[in-house]
Amino acid sequence: MTAASLVVKDLHVEFSGFVAVDGVSFDAHLGEVRFLIGPNGAGKTTCIDAITGLSKAAGSARIGEQELLGRPVHKIVRLGVGRTFQTASVFDELSVLQNLDIAAGRHRPSVSLLRTRRGVDPAIAQALEETGLADEIATPAGILSHGQKQWLEIAMLLVQDARVLLLDEPVAGMSQDERTATGELLQRLAAKRIVLVVEHDMDFMRRFATRVTVLHQGRVLSQGSVADVQADGKVQEVYLGTAGAATTADMLAVPDLPGVAAGTQKQEVD
Amino acid sequence: MTKLKPRLSLLGIGVFAVLLLGVAPVVLTDHWLGNLGKYCCWAIAAVGIGLAWGRGGMLVMGQGVFFALGAYSMAMHLTLESAGDGVPGFMVLYDPLAPLPAFWEPFRSPAFTLAAVVLLPVIAAGILGFALFKRRVKGAYFAILTQALTVALATLISSTIRETGGDTGLSDFKYFFGFVLNDPANRTLVYLIAAGLLVVCLLVVWQLYRSRFGELLVATRDAEERVRFLGYDPANIKLVAFVISALMASIAGAMFVPIVGIITPAEIGAAASILMIAGVALGGRASLFGPALGAMAVGWGQSSLGSAWPDGWTYILGLLFVVVILFFPKGLSSVLGRFTAARRSPGERPPAAVSAEATAAPELEGVKA
Amino acid sequence: MDALIPPLLNGSAQGALLLLAALGLSLTFGQMGVINMAHGEFLMIGAFTAYLVQQVVHSANLSVPVALPVAFLVAGLLGLLLEVGIIQWMYRRPLDTLLVTVGVSLILQQAALQVFPSQGVPVQKPDWLDGQVNILGYEWPLRQVFTILLAAVCVAALGAWLKYSSFGRRIRATVQNRDLAETAGISTRTVDRLTFFIGSGLAGVAGVAASLIGGTNSQMGMQYIIPAFLVVAAGGIGQLKGTIIAAWAVGVSLSYFADWTTGSLAQVLALMLVIVFLQLRPQGLFTVRTRSLV
Repeated sequence: MTAASLVVKDLHVEFSGFVAVDGVSFDAHLGEVRFLIGPNGAGKTTCIDAITGLSKAAGSARIGEQELLGRPVHKIVRLGVGRTFQTASVFDELSVLQNLDIAAGRHRPSVSLLRTRRGVDPAIAQALEETGLADEIATPAGILSHGQKQWLEIAMLLVQDARVLLLDEPVAGMSQDERTATGELLQRLAAKRIVLVVEHDMDFMRRFATRVTVLHQGRVLSQGSVADVQADGKVQEVYLGTAGAATTADMLAVPDLPGVAAGTQKQEVD
Repeated sequence: MTKLKPRLSLLGIGVFAVLLLGVAPVVLTDHWLGNLGKYCCWAIAAVGIGLAWGRGGMLVMGQGVFFALGAYSMAMHLTLESAGDGVPGFMVLYDPLAPLPAFWEPFRSPAFTLAAVVLLPVIAAGILGFALFKRRVKGAYFAILTQALTVALATLISSTIRETGGDTGLSDFKYFFGFVLNDPANRTLVYLIAAGLLVVCLLVVWQLYRSRFGELLVATRDAEERVRFLGYDPANIKLVAFVISALMASIAGAMFVPIVGIITPAEIGAAASILMIAGVALGGRASLFGPALGAMAVGWGQSSLGSAWPDGWTYILGLLFVVVILFFPKGLSSVLGRFTAARRSPGERPPAAVSAEATAAPELEGVKA
Repeated sequence: MDALIPPLLNGSAQGALLLLAALGLSLTFGQMGVINMAHGEFLMIGAFTAYLVQQVVHSANLSVPVALPVAFLVAGLLGLLLEVGIIQWMYRRPLDTLLVTVGVSLILQQAALQVFPSQGVPVQKPDWLDGQVNILGYEWPLRQVFTILLAAVCVAALGAWLKYSSFGRRIRATVQNRDLAETAGISTRTVDRLTFFIGSGLAGVAGVAASLIGGTNSQMGMQYIIPAFLVVAAGGIGQLKGTIIAAWAVGVSLSYFADWTTGSLAQVLALMLVIVFLQLRPQGLFTVRTRSLV
């Protein structure tokens, strides 16, 4: 299979009138660790949500010739698009091995689901090795450290054999050493898979990014190598210069509480 | 360890089978054997609820619907068998010239009846589950919708006296596929079939729980969205568990009829469905034996305490819900598990290791935190 | 026309009663995401309160207006007790809360069965509800008009209170984003308790209205809880407007179905209708889309 790139064109996402992503285009290829950065509320995660089918979106997101938008979540996954979440979501009550086994399962015939697992899949063993989780094979995922959970999520993507890895803040809450290990892991993975990282951590971005897209208020502000982006005046103005004020930006991005229509509540977006 | 534990529960099922099939018919009087048969029926339904609710997270509050499908299929056949070539007595009562309703006719055939007991719940649960799960109806919505259905069905049966016997139900069955039900030996046979089916259901969920499907079901229960992002459609996973649990409820209903000798809307309505849940909650919803044993305990309470001291029994049932769900959400089996774990290694193991051991082998006791 | 108008009028009153029963449920469900299955029994307690008040205030003309606030208080306080005693420990387990309240409802039913005669108690209707009004040439019983007015007053009061009072704003803030509300200095504990008090109290008011229309017995709560929940679900959680429309629609269709078939078949059909509707719009009539994945 030749390396198909992920190409996103003119992506629009709207939540009942609020435009979260407004005409964003970017692409990601094999061999690069692609970063998507921007202050909170810039629309980074929403872009990933749109690509993976979690949010309805207009525009286009393709892998090679395959259009992703408009398909249900699990069909998109079957096209080889895998993602992680901001808050590491693994199956807490299952062991590391069981987590990985489930992730590997979609390639198996469904009748085999009725059988008991015997031994460890070679793909699983390899992913365990790759992510340094080999010693934790029987540990319930719920008691892994924060960093280990994120590695487990990445390992799940590996056994799933995802062609495109969309990683949402993969180093949040990690120690400096863990960050370095993760960054190196991503660089290794990028040789065979498309890696797109959404990150806050500027230092991590500088060290490991090949190419960067900066989002701001749902639009692309700047695009290019780390050096290009850092040199961009607009970026310095809205983001790098005000990195400390990110939390303020977050507060502003949430609609004014008491002003919203009576009795609204959290709802699943399908 | 992980190899040993499933074997251990298989041994447990074996002991259970010996007690039910070997010891009970010898030791118990005819009366109590009949009662035990009734509890076995509730236990079969409970095993299914354990699968759907305990492992799958779908609170099925309307198992009465599927119980009714099996029970009324069987009851119609037995009624026709007792009536011979004629029209069942209760129909003649309302209108001496009434013809047999068209939907009764095929139930003259034993083969059709057995097929209906299996296929009706599979089809009904398949359609219902497909519609609900694909639309991502879950949680309280799913629970109340299923309960609404069971209320609707009970109301429907109550209001169609001529066709279904209404509130009086169907009763006075003389034969069970040719066997005279008055004969104690035949009643023992019917009991043995019910108990045997219970053992089979336990074996089925035992294999399901230790299979990859069982792990996937638990994963879907705990993080449905995450499962979707692994390329599975959670709706299909839940559908399979829901259909199997419906099938078990139907089998339970079908065996309930020859054992108890009567089926009425009260046995399938909201209250009856809630009673089935009570047993599962008491025993331990996600464990292998919990639902069956809990249902038998609640069944015993219902038929002995419920008739001797009906007022008190309702309070006990209400309190059971409150106390068990509030303090022992994993049921009595988890209390037992904690107790034995504590006795085996008094305070030596760090808590993390204990929980690791418990979760490493969810095949046995259900998933413990 | 003769076949069309009377069921419409009857159904509107039935819908108003359903709305009263659903109003409190919508509030507590919207707030906490759990179903209080004992809500129907709070309604029953409201109806029995109407009866008890009548034993003290003998004139039915006076006792009904007195019973309304008393029933609100009694049911509200019981709701508060339930929240403080049980539900507050279970906010993270919504499905389990549903089952615990099933237990509570069994206990309350049994208690009512033992305290009051099993066949139920008679609640005297006040004279001023005896007449009819003439609508489009049809005689509309004043009792039905009263139910509709009562529902309208409750809806208006609840709506205004949610919208204009500071407590109402806090409730809405908590419903929308509990964590953020907490960081904004709102005591979500107080908000939960108050919401439960008001929601349960509304069930009490609904009970008084129900006692004037149907029988008052220990089983009456069960008749209301499932239709009320379906109304809440069909209307869209936490959507006052949707709840009103759904209640009216269910009431009217029940009434028409009953006219065409029989009472029990009508219930089956109405249930089916709601289930099919939820198939088409699982989120109910009105929804607000948000980014959250919960």
